[in-house]
Formats: sequence, structure tokens, C-alpha cells
Amino acid sequence: LSHGAGGKATHNLIEAVFMEAFRNPLLEPLEDGATVNGLAFSTDSFVVTPLFFPGGNIGDLAVNGTVNDLAMCGARPRHLSAGFILEEGFPIADLRRITEAMATAAERAGVNIVTGDTKVVQRGKGDGCYINTTGIGVLDRDSTLSVSAAQPGDVVIVSGPIGEHGITIMLARGELDIEADLTSDTAPLSELTAPLLDACPHGRVRFLRDATRGGVATILNELAEASKVSVVLEENAIPVRTAVRGACELLGIDPLYVACEGRMVAVVAEPAADAALAALRSHPLGAEAAVIGRVGADPPGLVLLRTAFGGTRIVDVLVGDPLPRIC
Amino acid sequence: MRVRTGVRVEGVVQGVGFRPFVHGLATTLGLAGLVGNDAGGVFIEVEGEDDAVDRFLRGLRAPPPLAVIERITTRPLPAEGGGGFAIVGSDAGGRRSALVSFDSATCPACLRELRDPADRRHGYPFVNCTDCGPRFTIVTDVPYDRPNTTMAGFAMCADCAAEYHDPADRRFHAQPVCCPACGPRLVLRDREGRERAGDPIEEARGLLRRGGIVAVKGVGGYHLAATAADRAAVAALRARKHREDKPFAVMAPDLPSVRLLADLEPAEEALLTSAARPIVLLRRRAGAPLAEAVAPGNRSIGVLLPYTPLHHLLVSEPLVMTSGNVSDEPIAYRDEDALARLRDIADAFLTHDRPIHVRTDDSVVRVFQGRELPVRRSRGYVPRPLPVPVGGPAVLACGAELKNTFCLAEGGRAFVSHHIGDLENYETLRAFREGVGHFERLFGIAPAVLAHDLHPEYLSTKYAVERAEERELPLIGVQHHHAHIAACLADNEHAGPVIGVAFDGTGYGADGTLWGGEFLLADLTGFQRAGHLRPVPLPGGATAIREPWRMAAAYGVPATLDVARRNAATWDQVVAVGRAGLGAPPTSSVGRLFDAVAAVLGVRDRINYEGQAAVELEQCADPAEGSAYPVRLDDAGDGGPSFVVPGAELVQAVVDDLLAGTPVPAIAGRFHNAVGDLVVAAAVRLREATGLTTVALSGGVFQNLLLLKRAVTGLEAAGFAVLVHHRVPPNDGGISLGQAAVAIARAATEPAGPAPR
Ligand SMILES: [Fe+3]
Ligand SMILES: [Mg+2]
Ligand SMILES: [Zn+2]
Ligand SMILES: [Zn+2]
Repeated sequence: LSHGAGGKATHNLIEAVFMEAFRNPLLEPLEDGATVNGLAFSTDSFVVTPLFFPGGNIGDLAVNGTVNDLAMCGARPRHLSAGFILEEGFPIADLRRITEAMATAAERAGVNIVTGDTKVVQRGKGDGCYINTTGIGVLDRDSTLSVSAAQPGDVVIVSGPIGEHGITIMLARGELDIEADLTSDTAPLSELTAPLLDACPHGRVRFLRDATRGGVATILNELAEASKVSVVLEENAIPVRTAVRGACELLGIDPLYVACEGRMVAVVAEPAADAALAALRSHPLGAEAAVIGRVGADPPGLVLLRTAFGGTRIVDVLVGDPLPRIC
Repeated sequence: MRVRTGVRVEGVVQGVGFRPFVHGLATTLGLAGLVGNDAGGVFIEVEGEDDAVDRFLRGLRAPPPLAVIERITTRPLPAEGGGGFAIVGSDAGGRRSALVSFDSATCPACLRELRDPADRRHGYPFVNCTDCGPRFTIVTDVPYDRPNTTMAGFAMCADCAAEYHDPADRRFHAQPVCCPACGPRLVLRDREGRERAGDPIEEARGLLRRGGIVAVKGVGGYHLAATAADRAAVAALRARKHREDKPFAVMAPDLPSVRLLADLEPAEEALLTSAARPIVLLRRRAGAPLAEAVAPGNRSIGVLLPYTPLHHLLVSEPLVMTSGNVSDEPIAYRDEDALARLRDIADAFLTHDRPIHVRTDDSVVRVFQGRELPVRRSRGYVPRPLPVPVGGPAVLACGAELKNTFCLAEGGRAFVSHHIGDLENYETLRAFREGVGHFERLFGIAPAVLAHDLHPEYLSTKYAVERAEERELPLIGVQHHHAHIAACLADNEHAGPVIGVAFDGTGYGADGTLWGGEFLLADLTGFQRAGHLRPVPLPGGATAIREPWRMAAAYGVPATLDVARRNAATWDQVVAVGRAGLGAPPTSSVGRLFDAVAAVLGVRDRINYEGQAAVELEQCADPAEGSAYPVRLDDAGDGGPSFVVPGAELVQAVVDDLLAGTPVPAIAGRFHNAVGDLVVAAAVRLREATGLTTVALSGGVFQNLLLLKRAVTGLEAAGFAVLVHHRVPPNDGGISLGQAAVAIARAATEPAGPAPR
């Protein structure tokens, strides 16, 4: 199962199986989407338990997820396809709730769902409903965004408090009798990327990525490795809501590894940092955007966290499920 | 009959006065020939009457104090005639296996010079000779010659050069030889790094007397010093260092002053005054003139004696000598870095211009049953090799995550590294990587096999995997508790099989769960898990380790107890987390059982340093308590001797006793006794099933002397031979030796497999 958690196991799986089979120049950079002839193209499948949770359901996730992947390529999302795999006996009322959420999310993001497909699998062979969405977006700007574009001196920004989606889902599973004032952060990030890219001169925004599986930590590790740079985070600067912090403390989870569905990491050249931050903060989705760290030259490939006492902890990619390392 | 014999001497034989010793011995016996250093050690040719040559060879067996002879081999050579005995130059070629010495405390001869107003090195804080001084920490490369040390930048004056070149002199080829005219210079700097006027030693002593904190550059890094009897100074040091409770070590000027602080037995005296000069954990005397904050709530006190001339000049009353760092950072050892990191802690810096090449912490030891029991093996011990079976490939064992050491082993020698520390810290990881490279160069070992822990997230494991991929080397994963037992076996030069009892905090189990209360049937090649503590959830993972009260919740103690009331805000939630198993991996750890009991007894709910709850539980236990809670071994249900220990019953017994109004020290004592009895009961059961009569005790929990004593006494009374640690720590600092021993043993029984992936 750890092959889906977004850590090193996923990375190895992609390298060993998919890259091996499909290798081509467009796939090679392993970005969230491919860009071809002025278009961005991306696909994502959505598997979530529970299907309904505070702040949304699998339908919102399926639309926003692909919208966000397109937005992270610097594109304006336009068209989506939607594929459903339903378990026999899945309630129609639930499916309606899901499709209504999809319609609302699509409208908000300015995309049309233009084609689709439905398959039904035997009872017990699926968790109710899986959705795949594929999207096409228009590259209005000639984009230089890349996971290997970060340079020493760049600043690392998150668009808002982290970890809300992942913790919300965890608590919504109901295994813990914990009430928390939390909702998923699912949202279309295209609303933020457009003003951000407009506010910064060409090339000054180096890299954008929605912090989904594996959270901010995993993304920054990918960045550090691909760009051959270090990333140094300031523990005190990372925005985390009190409820998320509390739940993370209770469960012993580091919010840096928790998934978000409507937060992104932006790496911006230092001179454009103020403009970028202002652009993000001007929108309600980015009101709590913050600079959380900096890109450095040394040590290449590592993400470090400067703690409150001035210690420097390594924020590594997780190989599998995190187990304590303290003897 | 006249003969000529070629002699090769291997071991710690360079930079320890070995060639002048050989020269003197040969000359006394009227032998001709030569002696020289090469990368393999010392080579000698002696020629003369055969009985004189025999006497020479016997004489080699009583070398100078710092020399350690591992092997002497001889071969006949044709006689050449001629007379005279020459010391020839070093030969840097060939295979590197000459051993660098450990850093050694100032010898009596140098101390006399230091105190003699007529000596040219009177009051000079860097006096040293072939019998003493810095070695491992200043060596940058081999062969051990001055250009390959951090003394390379100091050109010898004529006087020093004369001593250095005179085979009859105590300083013949003493690489760090120097004097006030040509050697390093002591300075006192303020926080801004500006040199302060006046005599540095006098000024520093004045500052300390007035309650100041002085950063002192030692052999392996910076210390922070404060007057140990000065409450305000010690409190200020704690506050500025962000170190809340972890005991500070104290450097006392001499043995009589140690006796005012602690009760001493002969083995402890011997360790305090040994060339290694470790911190020795002693029984603190009532009314010892120490500020309470030196070692809060602790019956023991870590004491060490001065080990450099600088310390001898500086210390005239007990000083706290704690590592120069903030919180859990590694100690500072580079001057710039020390100034930057310690400027908010220290009022001044007593420092000098002889660089430290390898950061090396003070070693920490204690005495158990008259023998040394290491807690941290570092300065003064490293890089002395430990014996492992000869044969097998060169191994690099990458060690654990916390208290990391690594180990390079080849040809029957295991070089366990200095204490590296907690790898999660970037500075420490860098020290690990650089340290591995340094050791490989120093000892000329190119690892052919990489051994590592099974925990996939240990940075040492990741290093091993990465390096194995780069170099296409085979990996050998060694289960954490097997490594503990193997370390104990290697420590005692025992091959097993034994009944291994590994009690620690947590380690990655062969089944992917967290182990820590393990009874293994083990030899060096493998193990069988014959028994363990019944797993309980670890609610909140690592957070439960930092918050022992969570273990009380995990063990299901009543919500009416004080521990639940003290933590009422989240008690129910933590119980729920444990029950749901979400964010609550199961663990069979004995360390966590101690945590639960410590929390139930109100000893500690949250810790500020690793193992604190268990340490304080031991400290509060009544050592005179004789009774124990009953222990039970439940059949594991596999038809064999395997068993599971219901730890919850022990916790329940503690709760019952507490509710019955039994004093906490008595309860803590009974609990310790019960865990000790558990070890004996388990060993008896496994002896019946297997016939094994030797028990090896390892894991950090066995640093608990109360438990160790109960277990060892009980085992011996039951007729077992008991192995405990003497050379490497039972804690994770010993893991790398265990990994290396396992890798060597496995290579001997099966050829190493192909590189993974
Ligand atoms: Fe351990
Ligand atoms: Mg995605
Ligand atoms: Zn000396
Ligand atoms: Zn000199």
C-alpha cells in the first residue's frame, strides 16, 4: 500500500515500471502534466475513503485535482473528461451528490466536463466509487515552470495553512472520536496561479506544485533533487491551523507530510517574492500565503528544517509508513 | 651464531615512541640494524648473536604506554655484517594498516614540566610527548606524520626540532611536539570574537569565579564551563543552553576533590585516572558541594579529571564541563562555528589555533560489578580496534539513527567510530558521511559489504542503500535487536548461540512492527524470536515517546488515576487513538513499559531528553526493596517454547499498589525487581527448551543498574553465564559493532548475494 503514499516507494514504482515502459521526452520531466503545442494535458484518478467529508466529496476532489495539475503547469484549465468506476449497488443518491459537486466545482474553475465513461464492477471489488479525470488547459503564457528550475536564493511560498485536507479525511473516517473544527481545503488553484503569474515578470516564478500526496515535504524533496539545490525551511514560518496542529500532535504526524487539495508551493526568484506574496494574498484562497523557506546551494538534494532552537533537522522523503526512529 | 631477522610489528605503534624504544632496546643488546615506520606499522631488521636477537624479540613485548601490539611476525634474512642501529625515514607506500592512537591524557612527565617554573614549557597549555597528547582528533591522513595532522601549520623551532629528531628524547617523533616559541597559542575572546587582554587562563578563571560561563576548546570540541557549586551560574547555563534536566558532567581538579563529590571504588578510580579520562558516572555523596541544577533528581553524578594541560591549568575547583552546543545539536568544534553558535551562551571563549579535525565527544562509562560498562564510547577509546573473527569481507556497518556510531571492519579488527549522534540533525549526518570517508582512508579499508538496520527511515539505512546502489555492493540488513545481542557477543568475543535479552526503546522488527522487549535465541548469523512483551499501541508514534503519560493511557490504566487527571485535556483522545490503532503502531518495547510506570507513579509525564522517565524511575526506586510483582510467561500458542509477556499485568500491579497507598519508591523498586525476575524466568524457560546456558543482555534499558543487577544476580544464581557489555555501550552506540559482527559471520557461512535492485 505504501506504493501510493507519495513517498519514495511511489517514486521507485514510477521509475521502475512506468518510465521503463513509456519513456519519452514529454513524460521524462515527471511534472504533474505534459505540455504539447500550447496545451497542457493531465490526468488523475481519485480514490478516497470516506467519499463524503467535511468541506467536500470525491467529486470536488476529482475536478479540483486535475484543474490544479493543469494550473501548476501554468495553464488555464478548459476541458475535463470524467470516468467513473462504480461498485454494483452504489446508491444513486450518493452519485448525484458527487456529480452535483463536480458540476459546481467545474463551474467555479471555468471548465467544462466534455466527455466521460462509466464502468460497474462487482460488489466488493471497489470502494463504492472511483473517478478518473483528464483535463486540457490552454498555455496563455509561454511557461518556464519546472521542478528543476529552482536556484539558490529563491524563496519558497505556500499559498495557505497546510494539512487540512489530509487531517479532515483522517478524522472523517470516524475511527477516532474526535471533533475538530476542520474542513478539507479542496479548491481550484487556477484562481491563484493566474494572478501570481501576472504579478511576476516572466521566468521569475520557477516552479508551482499542488501539495497533494506526501505533502509539502515530498514536493520540496523532489524539487531539491531535480534542481540540485537545498531547501531550508523555517519551522516557525510554516502556517498550520490550530486544529490541524492539535490533531497532528495527537496522532504524531508531521503536518509537512500531510496532503492538501487546495494548497500549492510556489518557488519564486527573490526579487519577485514581495509581488508574488501580495498577489496571492489579494485572493481569499491565498490570504494566509507565507514565505516558509529559501532555496540554497548546499547541501544539494536535501530539505532542512530550522527548528525553533536553531537546530537543523533533515526533512527526508518517507520510504513508507513513518515509524518512530527513536530507540 | 650471528643472525639477521626481519621483524614486523602491527598495532598502535606509530607516534607512541615505538621507534626510539626499539632503538634503545637494540642498542642496549648490542644489535645492529634499522627500524622504520610504514603504512603497515613498524618494520625492524636486527643483526647480532642469536640469543641477543631472542632477547630483543622478548623485549618488544613490553612497549611504551600508548603502544598496543597486535601482532609480531619475523622472517630470517641473510646477515649483512656491519654495526650501528639506524632509525630510517617513513615509507608511505603499501597497504595502510598502521593504527592511529587514541587521544591520551597528559602524562606525568609532561605534567611535571607544566608545573616546573624552570622548564621552557612551564604553564604552556599544549605540552605533550610520545606518551600523551592529541592523536585521533588531529590526524588528517596516514601515515601518522606531522604534515598529516592539524599541527602541519606550526613549524618547529630549533629546540623542538632537536627533541623531535633525537632518538634518546621523550619527544622523538612526537608529531604534536611544540613549545611557547613555535606552537599553538591560547587566547581568550569575548562574544564578538575580540581577543581580551591579560593572561587568558587567569582571566577565564576570574570569569568562572564571578559566575560566568566560558566556552573552552578541548581535544574533540568545545565545552561550556561554569563553577559547579555556583547555583546562579549553573542555572544560567541551563537556561541559555535550552537544556532543562539532562545532567551536566563535572570536571574535578584531582581525586581528593572527586571524593568530596562522590563515593569511589577502586575500579572507578582506575577509570577516572586512565589515559582515556572518560566521564565516570559515580554515586553522588550527600551534601556534595554542587548546585542542585548540575544533575537534578539524580543520585549519580558524571565526573571526569583534567585530560589536557589546558584543563590542568584552568580547573582548580569542580567545574561543570558540558558539551558546547545548544539543546541537542552536535558539539561545536570549528572555531568560527563555535563563536557563532555559542555566543549567546558563553561570556567568553578560551580557545586556540590548533584545529580539531574530528569532532569527538567525551566518553561516558560506569562501573558494574567491578568492570567497565560503557555508556558512550568516544574520546580516549576511538579508534582502538575491537577484535572480531578474522576472515570475511571488509564491512561498513552504518549503525542506528540515534547515538549513531558506524563500524569499519576487516581482517579481525573492528573500528567502531566515535559517537556521531542523532542523524536526523544535518550537522550530524554530515559528520557521519565525512567520518566514514575519514575512517576508510585512515585504516585503508574499502568496504565490500554494507550492513544496516532494517528501519527504512533511518538515515544510516538510506545511506547504506544509496551507497550500495552507487557502488553495486551487497547489503546486509540486520534486525535491530539481533544487532544489540550480536554487539554483546562481539564485545565478549563469544560466538553464541545464546539466549539474548534485548530491552530498549524501540527498534524495527523483522515483522515491520516496533520491537523492544525481545528474547532471542541468537548467534552471530541469525536469531529466532522466542519471546517478547505483548504489544501495546504507541499512541501518536514518536509523540508517545516524548510523552510517557500516553503509555499509561495505552496500557489502559483507570481514568481515575492522577496521571489521567493531569492529562485530562487529551486523555480520552489518546486512549481512542490507541484503541483505533490509527497513528498508534504496536510495540513490544520494555522502555515504553518503564515510561507507563513512571507516568502512573507521577515521576514524569513528558521528557526533555531520551530515556528520562526510565532514568528518573530508577533514581526514585528504593534499592533496598526486596519484593517483586509476580511475572508470567504466556504460551505463544505455537506448540514451542515461545512466549508472550503480559506487561499490562505489571502495570496493573503498580496501579493496585499505588491505590493501596504503598510509597512510590517501594513500588518503583518492586517493578524493577519484577522486570529483573522476568529476565530470569524467561531464560530458565528457554534453557529447558534449548539447553542453552549463556544469556546476553543488551539494549539501552540495561543501562539501568538496578535492573541489571537484579537480572544478573538472578541469572547467576540460576546457574547461567551472563554476558554484559564492557567495550561498547548496550545502547544504540553499540549497534554498528553488532551489525558488523553479523555481516562477517554471515559471509563466513554463505557467499554474499548479488547487489540488490
Ligand atoms: Fe536499540
Ligand atoms: Mg495530482
Ligand atoms: Zn607527555
Ligand atoms: Zn618549539
